Amino acid sequence: MRRLGAGFLLFWWDFIVGDDWRIAAGVLVVLGVGALLVAGGDASQSLVATIMAAGIMLVAIGSIVTAALRASRR
Amino acid sequence: MAHELGVIGATLLASGVEFVEALTIVLAMGTTRGWRSTWAGVGAALAALTVVTALAGYALERWLPEALLQLAVGTLLLIFGLQWLRKAILRSAGLKALHDEDATFRAEVEAARAAGEERRLGLDWFAFVVSFKGVFLEGLEIVFIVISFGLNGGSIALAVVGAALGGVLVLGAGLALHRPLARVPENTIKFAVGLLLSTFGTFWAVEGLGWFGPSEASLHWPGGDAALPVLLGLWALLAWAAVRLLAAPARTSETA
Repeated sequence: MRRLGAGFLLFWWDFIVGDDWRIAAGVLVVLGVGALLVAGGDASQSLVATIMAAGIMLVAIGSIVTAALRASRR
Repeated sequence: MAHELGVIGATLLASGVEFVEALTIVLAMGTTRGWRSTWAGVGAALAALTVVTALAGYALERWLPEALLQLAVGTLLLIFGLQWLRKAILRSAGLKALHDEDATFRAEVEAARAAGEERRLGLDWFAFVVSFKGVFLEGLEIVFIVISFGLNGGSIALAVVGAALGGVLVLGAGLALHRPLARVPENTIKFAVGLLLSTFGTFWAVEGLGWFGPSEASLHWPGGDAALPVLLGLWALLAWAAVRLLAAPARTSETA
């Protein structure tokens, strides 16, 4: 039963997170910051949206650069 | 209009790529192990997918407030989209091998020939299980994309139309040729899908952050829906720049 549960979790981890957990972690961190900004209520909606878009694109750049460095070392 | 075209385009392209991959597995099993057990696996996978789709779609639509739905689905789309985009960029820059459908087909055929004969419920169990897993896994991605785009784009029907068109195109070509679709420009399609998923994922995830505000209503982008083409342009620019920058050193090292 435990093996079945582990297999189930592993399946969803592979399906959602894929082969680079940094993307999922980065997206969650950026959106977490966004959630705090919205909950604080001080920042305008446009500012939050702009910061979020920039943050998510930085996550993408970080992931691409990391993968490229790893690939070029091989 | 941008929403509707985006929904149909994204589901058509994304489902098309997944259908190509599922078709390769099914053809490998059918031609080497026989079609009866292969079709049984395909049928069982489609039945399981129908149940999953109905349950997930119902639960998401009924239980989650709009902003939270946007946040959940947008976040998942974003994670998916960035994975697709990263791989497509690395492949375009020559840092990762292109997906070779013929090689996958050969590997599946070899595995099918090497596998032993085990019969359960009157079926060739290897063909059944491999076909089931292949169709279920690839199908789950299609279901996820259809539900995401359907619910957030406001029309499950449009998303289903897009996915069905992708399926008809790929399966029609596969049945006509009776071989894997190796000439499909898979990386180009994955590039486009990665861009669309990242664009809509960013848009919806950020809208969904409004759930953390006092009114729990969706956040508004500057310019409303007009932000979508702007986001798409920015993602395309980022991807283009990444390919240019990463491909340059790769070319230099090749000629050195």
